[in-house]
Amino acid sequence: MRTHLRKWSLPNLALWLIAAVAVALPLTSWAQLTKADIAVRDNMEAHIGNLTGHINADSKYAYRRYCVSCHGDLGDGNGEVAQWLDPPMWPKPRNFQLGVFKCRSTPTGTLPTDQDLFDTIARGLDRSAMPQWSTFTKQERADLVAYVKHYSPRFATEKPGTPITIPPEPEVTPDRIKAGRDVFARVQCWKCHGVQGNADGPSAPTLQDDLGRPIAPYNFTEGSRPKCGDTDADIYRIFMTGLDGTPMPSFADNIKPDEAWDLVFYLRTFMAQSSKAKQLAKGLQLKPVDPNAPAGQ
Amino acid sequence: MYDLRHLQRRNLTKLSSSLVALSLLAIFIVLASSQPANALPAFARKYGLRCSACHESWPMLNYFGQKFKDNGYQIMNDRDAPIWQNPGYWPVTMRMTPIWHRVSVGKVQEDVYSGGSTTPTGATVARLTTQGFDLSGLDFHTGGTLEKNISFYLLPSSDPTGAFHFETVMARLDNVFHTPWLNIKLGKFELDNLLSEKRILTLTGNGGIYQLYHFIPTNDGNIFGQMGDNQLGLEVLGHSWNDRTRYSAALLSSSDGTTQLPYGNAYTGFFTFYTAFDAGKMGVDRVGGYAMIGQAPTTWATQTGPSGSTIIPGSGIGNKNFSREGFYGLFYFGEHADVTVVTQHGEDNAWFGQGYGDFIDGIAPNNNVTGTTLPAGSQNPTWNGVLVEPHFVYSPQLIFLGRFETIRMSQQANGAFGTEASNLGNITTYTVGFRYNPFMTNRAGFAWHNEYNWLHQDGTGPSLGLNSANINTSELLMGFDFDF
Repeated sequence: MRTHLRKWSLPNLALWLIAAVAVALPLTSWAQLTKADIAVRDNMEAHIGNLTGHINADSKYAYRRYCVSCHGDLGDGNGEVAQWLDPPMWPKPRNFQLGVFKCRSTPTGTLPTDQDLFDTIARGLDRSAMPQWSTFTKQERADLVAYVKHYSPRFATEKPGTPITIPPEPEVTPDRIKAGRDVFARVQCWKCHGVQGNADGPSAPTLQDDLGRPIAPYNFTEGSRPKCGDTDADIYRIFMTGLDGTPMPSFADNIKPDEAWDLVFYLRTFMAQSSKAKQLAKGLQLKPVDPNAPAGQ
Repeated sequence: MYDLRHLQRRNLTKLSSSLVALSLLAIFIVLASSQPANALPAFARKYGLRCSACHESWPMLNYFGQKFKDNGYQIMNDRDAPIWQNPGYWPVTMRMTPIWHRVSVGKVQEDVYSGGSTTPTGATVARLTTQGFDLSGLDFHTGGTLEKNISFYLLPSSDPTGAFHFETVMARLDNVFHTPWLNIKLGKFELDNLLSEKRILTLTGNGGIYQLYHFIPTNDGNIFGQMGDNQLGLEVLGHSWNDRTRYSAALLSSSDGTTQLPYGNAYTGFFTFYTAFDAGKMGVDRVGGYAMIGQAPTTWATQTGPSGSTIIPGSGIGNKNFSREGFYGLFYFGEHADVTVVTQHGEDNAWFGQGYGDFIDGIAPNNNVTGTTLPAGSQNPTWNGVLVEPHFVYSPQLIFLGRFETIRMSQQANGAFGTEASNLGNITTYTVGFRYNPFMTNRAGFAWHNEYNWLHQDGTGPSLGLNSANINTSELLMGFDFDF
């Protein structure tokens, strides 16, 4: 008994407290930031070409007018409307404090460039409540990029990743479409997106984002635009950067650039939008990949 | 002896000091208590956007709201079709406005009783002032999408007595052939004005309309060129993907929006074009123009029965021309200040100017039956006008607004033979006010509305040989403008 008491003597207790604090401190860094925490980054800037975005009365006003209902006063994605958005049909608003963004030109795990955020504001995010804010002036958008960045401490301590290089798009050919089908099978895109690209893969119902919320894979056949842009290069970029915060990984280490273009062409054959790949595929009589075939069929 | 005048002056000074202090306090409370604005009903409920996302101040659209409207009430995120909404969602908004107002109308002709007579012994011209509590009409707004790229809007609206009419009833095919340059609308709808009267921020009798959009020369019988009224017809509208360049062309029945075709078979065209440009830190500015070119009847068939001669509805022929055209400009000066300018040159055919036109409602006293001729020297009445409306948006919840309009006749219908003054019917009007939304939620909106309007018109009041016949009318209005 004495021994037990000695074990909880004052020095020991102090050590335990210090240890507990040491463990808790990193955890608190994930907790929601306060206005004061955020305000220390009021000098944040954004640089897009010749434009410099600032945090000023105008950007605060614009954020309050257009953004705050979803993204919230603290940029934590907890605006008054967030509670009514039910994923996966209506994804929750982005939590800017985490500094994690889907649409980037930079490698997975890195911060997006200012240009990425600038483009996302104008393009919006299809199949979500994020409209296309193409009505803003470029200066307004640049200011809003600075405003979005100031919510996350990551932008104060890290630099954005280096944008990936996208090689010139090759000519689409039947062989390339067939090769794209092989890539589709090899990296198992079908597990989420389904063998015909209609988002009914076996993993689709179980998908969650990094915050544990349900998320749906992209349905290539429904006619909507890919989330981060609808050009071939935009689709290419998604394979190579991934959509951070979602189950869509980066395949930069698994797919060679040439193969990525092949995959773009194959995916175009699923999509409702007309394309040369879709026209060529009509003569190929391609069958959907076989989920039960040996890996790399 | 105590100087009573001094006491009164001192009390007045005290009173005015107190009033100034109270006013400053009220302004401080209003400014200090501005809270973040939430979404307005119907569309805001559907999309989770605050009213301020689409409206400079409800109901006036900002650029994003205009784009949303031009896309057929869609934000184009592939979630616009009702199938994506909660089944319980019902896109309805109701709006009504209880008010207090004081209206002072100059130059009302009144009978005079004198010498103990119980019958009028003469007439005089006097000012009539009325004040008290009142109600606006009731609007039921419902609109949205029936399916992706098929949208609708329905607005049954009542006057303050509860008598309903259909203000807007339209369906629209959006992005026909997958291009935003082709959208087709059919029904009764607001004309595609850059500054739409249906989205006006003011509520008084004279300030609650744009005089420029309704101007009719004195004694003119043409009611059909009123750009402020919703019209029946077919509209084709197109715009660039970011809505910076727009056009619209509408074919309208010359009925001023009245259903059942009481007037005849005439048509009016309404055309707009405008483009926006990035003015850097100033904002996105717009410039453009419009033209309304139409015909309307002046001849009506009649029918004689036991109760005498009556007009046969729908029988209007003898169509004559009219036109209104002008420029629009919407200029921002940073995030908080903007000014809209609209100009107009208007012209009616000489027949309208001589009191032919809407004979069926008795607005035009003359019927252009066979053998009728115009007085020698008759000419087309023409006029020019300008409207300037500045806003200062302190926050999405507090807007200060003003308006100045002036319309000047440049040619009277009677020409050289007429006795009327060259300025007969000229209008000048000022409106100032503010709207404060102490709160807004995504379920309801509420504005404390305050407004003052003053209107002057030359020569249209009774004169009875006394002074001029110019009319000065003023209205002070305070109300709660709410919707849910």
